[in-house]
Amino acid sequence: MDEQLRTKFILNIVFLLAVALLIYWGQHNLNNFEIRILNLAAIFAILGVSLNLVLGFTGMFSLGHAGFMCVGAYTTAILTMSPGSKAIIYFMEPIHPVLANIQWPLLPAILLGGITAAVFGFVIGFPALRLRDDYLAIATLGFSEIIRIIVTNTITITNGALGLKNIPSIKSLWIYWLAAILTILVIKRILNSSWGYAFRAIRDNEIAAEAMGINIFKHKLLSFTIGAFFAGLAGALMAHLITSVDPTMFRFLFTFQILLIVVLGGMGSISGSVVAALIVTIGMEVLRIVEQPMDLFGVVEIPGLPGMRMVIFSILLLLVILFYRQGLMGTREFNWDWLLNKLDRLKDRMRGEAA
Amino acid sequence: MLRIEDIQVYYGGIHALKGISLEVPENKIVTLVGANGAGKSTTLRAVCNQVPVSSGAIYFQNEDITNKRTVDIIKRGITLVPEGRRIFPNLSVLENLQMGAYTRSNKIEIRKDIEKMYDIFPRLKEREWQIAGTLSGGEQQMLAIARALMSRPRFLMMDEPSLGLAPLLVKEVFRVIRDIYEQGVTILLIEQNATAALQIAHYGYVLETGNIVLQGPGKELAVNEDVRKAYLGKA
Repeated sequence: MDEQLRTKFILNIVFLLAVALLIYWGQHNLNNFEIRILNLAAIFAILGVSLNLVLGFTGMFSLGHAGFMCVGAYTTAILTMSPGSKAIIYFMEPIHPVLANIQWPLLPAILLGGITAAVFGFVIGFPALRLRDDYLAIATLGFSEIIRIIVTNTITITNGALGLKNIPSIKSLWIYWLAAILTILVIKRILNSSWGYAFRAIRDNEIAAEAMGINIFKHKLLSFTIGAFFAGLAGALMAHLITSVDPTMFRFLFTFQILLIVVLGGMGSISGSVVAALIVTIGMEVLRIVEQPMDLFGVVEIPGLPGMRMVIFSILLLLVILFYRQGLMGTREFNWDWLLNKLDRLKDRMRGEAA
Repeated sequence: MLRIEDIQVYYGGIHALKGISLEVPENKIVTLVGANGAGKSTTLRAVCNQVPVSSGAIYFQNEDITNKRTVDIIKRGITLVPEGRRIFPNLSVLENLQMGAYTRSNKIEIRKDIEKMYDIFPRLKEREWQIAGTLSGGEQQMLAIARALMSRPRFLMMDEPSLGLAPLLVKEVFRVIRDIYEQGVTILLIEQNATAALQIAHYGYVLETGNIVLQGPGKELAVNEDVRKAYLGKA
């Protein structure tokens, strides 16, 4: 047992080193565009994992992720923009004097983005989590739209529909992937704690969970708030990646994309979400080809249709739900236990064949 | 141990319990029998505050627990085995048992109790790592009971534990109930299998559309003409 623990520890270190090496290589050999896509994938990995905590592990059908991202993105944007560019950008109505001269360093601003989103999650969760299933989905979707509309209309704070530009840019692969890895580690840690067990029990059967003495509402609110925190964090990172935010970015379609990642990767699988985040983000770029005008063997000519990518992803989602409902990973995780088990079995089989 | 005084419960517009009083003394098995819709499950759910009680009072060890939070009620040592084998289907057998000990913190004691459960239910030991949703109906019921015992209840309420099980398994379930009782747990049992329930119960109540119509020692009720006619299907 101890030996196995040590093997796993070493494997973990090796794995992290390999990832670090990969990031190092990417940082020096990929062009700006490719790095940007990979950074976006890291953000989607954070989003996927955090929605999976809420949807896959606690069983709450929440569609509010875009709203929480919006909160996180605006928080960090307002806090980190230089007073000079604020004075230029807020030309419809001047910025609220309290915010005009603030300029925070990036790290605390991004963290505060997450914390503000968590506060919103807590406040929204309080009434909304009394609902279940589809009703909860509709309520959270509604709240997410309400956030967007508030942001559009509080012009002295958010500059309304014009959005914000000149947000300090972060380009390094390290920052985004470090954030993604930390998110994964934290959520994994939570899932292996008594909270995590309570979440899964609630997902499986609320009545039985309550009969075990689990405080259902408290744990749902906890899971929802943690999910909102990481969504806010991802939103904040996104603001620094794109360097501009406006309310239309955080429409429902965005939540749908995160949902696609969770379902594709497997509800209840952290590693599944990460893999799916990579596939979907990179796929979205690669599939830009299908939006170009196409000529199929001179027989059919397809004009360039923007949105074809979404059609392909919708079909993909449909196929997954029809034929492979558990997603790439189901509720399984890619971890060392699983791998070592496979290896042992392979060894056994080889020995069996040799004998 | 448990005393229910004249409780009334409404489900929406339906008057589900019309003033029920009953008592479960310490170290006894008490059973509640009656036809479908008589209010048996509602009574148990009222004790756990899974449905609100509109009037009357419930006392556990002489303390008023009426409409207290479910979590607080469970912490006092009342455990419910819910109807229809409500196990956690996506967790393993072991994890299900660990969930049963959710309100406890002593890991060594919990581990000991898990071993104890495996002694009582050897089948569960064989399936320790299996996902609980893939167990057979009987095994799931055993798991539900074992999980309830993991909280070390002083008072166990069981909602139709033999529902939908093969006759041989029903026998097994009743053997287990007897074992649990012999280890000093007070039991309130709800059963549609009135014959078997009244056989092992010290005292029984017969429920009919939200009222208690008959009560008495289990074995007397089992031979009572009215009960036999109404619930045991014998003329």
